[in-house]
Amino acid sequence: MAMLEVKNLGISFGGLRAVDGFEVEIKKGQLYGLIGPNGAGKTTVFNMLTGVYKPDDGLIKLDGQDIVGKNTVEINKEGIARTFQNIRLFKDQSVLDNVKIGLHNQYKYSTLTGILRLPKYKKIENEMNEKARELLKVFELDDKEEYLASNLPYGAQRKLEIARALATNPKLLLLDEPAAGMNPNETEELMDTIRFVRDEFDMTILLIEHDMRLVSGICEELTVLNFGQVLAQGKTSDVLNNPEVIKAYLGE
Amino acid sequence: MKKLNFKNMKKTTKDQIVTYAMVVIVFLIAQAMIFTGNMSSLMQGLLVPLCIYSIVAIGLNLCVGYLGELSLGHAGFMCIGAFSSAFFTKCMVDTGMNENLRFLLALIIGTLTAAVFGFLIGIPVLRLRGDYLAIVTLAFGEIIKNVINVLYIGRDSNGFHISIKDANSLNLGEDGVMLINGAKGITGTPHQSSFLLGIVLILISLVVVFHLVNSRSGRAIMAIRDNRIAAESVGINITKYKLMAFSISAAIAGMGGVLYAHNLATLTALPANFGYNMSIMILVFVVLGGMGSFRGSIIAAVILTMLPEVLRGMADYRMLIYAIVLIAMMLFNWAPKAIEWRQRHSLKKIFKKKTEEVQE
Repeated sequence: MAMLEVKNLGISFGGLRAVDGFEVEIKKGQLYGLIGPNGAGKTTVFNMLTGVYKPDDGLIKLDGQDIVGKNTVEINKEGIARTFQNIRLFKDQSVLDNVKIGLHNQYKYSTLTGILRLPKYKKIENEMNEKARELLKVFELDDKEEYLASNLPYGAQRKLEIARALATNPKLLLLDEPAAGMNPNETEELMDTIRFVRDEFDMTILLIEHDMRLVSGICEELTVLNFGQVLAQGKTSDVLNNPEVIKAYLGE
Repeated sequence: MKKLNFKNMKKTTKDQIVTYAMVVIVFLIAQAMIFTGNMSSLMQGLLVPLCIYSIVAIGLNLCVGYLGELSLGHAGFMCIGAFSSAFFTKCMVDTGMNENLRFLLALIIGTLTAAVFGFLIGIPVLRLRGDYLAIVTLAFGEIIKNVINVLYIGRDSNGFHISIKDANSLNLGEDGVMLINGAKGITGTPHQSSFLLGIVLILISLVVVFHLVNSRSGRAIMAIRDNRIAAESVGINITKYKLMAFSISAAIAGMGGVLYAHNLATLTALPANFGYNMSIMILVFVVLGGMGSFRGSIIAAVILTMLPEVLRGMADYRMLIYAIVLIAMMLFNWAPKAIEWRQRHSLKKIFKKKTEEVQE
């Protein structure tokens, strides 16, 4: 069964039809790419999937559950986590705390327990620290847990954002241009990380990317968006050789 | 037994301990000065207000420094705490209830009432952000003060009478007692606040805010401050945690109000004590002491409250010097050059150098 099933998704901003008739089906454990020229509506699709925008029409099913109309917080609880095109970390907090904020809904104790420092506080905080360090270790950030998030190098910030998203224990991970601003070495490393995350956490991943090396290197299937509409869809190698796609990207 | 190693402690834990220690040491020094007769009666009269301002500043710092929202209405919450607790005390004063128990109940009632109002006002106000939120809280603060100024409550054998017109319209019976007399406020509240009590309340509010900001909820509150969109994306309920922080902040301000009410025989809601001047003064303490630093709030509150009194002898130049100190403190705390200088010349570094020299 498909982990994510999207049918006929559309949204307009004023007179502009930003996305129209978007469809996709992603199987569990798949690495799926969403590409397209600037302004094609890729991030808008992400924003509809995560409840930032309410789609005007269409259907979004996550693991068989209809999630249209739910807000961002509810959708995160249903199991979609994301990263952002322009990194959005909690800058003034430590690397460890950033991940612990991601664990917010996984490990719970009441505010009163926190203020009174009841035994439960210590127990759950320890569990949280352990889990957060485990995640940081995956991304080789465990030796930097005391750093402020804003003091991390760019590549590490991208990784931390993925770690934070994974902390919410999602079924589907959305990565919005994870390789933006990275040099070839960092991109190479990131590809390994993404593959590792998929295998280690048995994660379904949908990513937006402009870096064709990354896309062709790790994505199994692709959807190409152009002017808000699906231009091509299918196996990565087929899609990238599609003359329509080459035209949209490179011009005639 | 586990030995406490100060050096290896987490930074936040260290910060807490230093702050508690500072409060206790200041208390001991002040007490010593009183016993040895080295403190003028003027200064002694300032001790409780110092505690009051420190508490309210701690509360406001939670809102400004951690929630990241500028509130200009905290004098209003202080006012609610003061009047609700004084009202309770006034009702109970003739029942022969144990004094300490009565004060404890008054404290709880004042704090909770302020929290409830913080919650209710927070519902509409926290939909706004930044400048807009600041202005609306300012308005709510003024509304609270003005409503209390026209509130008349009396009690006779038939029960309570409430009016917002004048004292006569209460139609009190012969055995009636005025409890809240409009602009004349509440008179005859027993004087129960003391310096010791103030210090205890400062410590309690410090424990509450320190523990809160280092807990799951505190992290959620700071996540909202740092990046709202990201906080939502990891499943943090923005409204819930904003309201929580705002209510707790209001509750602590209300606690300061309780102390205020029981320090005076007559409690009135004047522009000078519960108006926006007060809100802004408290905000000055918070900003000067450093947003997010509770210790800084206390230090700023103490210095800036004592200064005008210390300088009283200089009459004409008093406010001028106050203003200059204000500017100097602001520069010292926030100018990038000053921060750099402090880091280079910090006590810690000097100590370290000395020990290194000794070892060599």
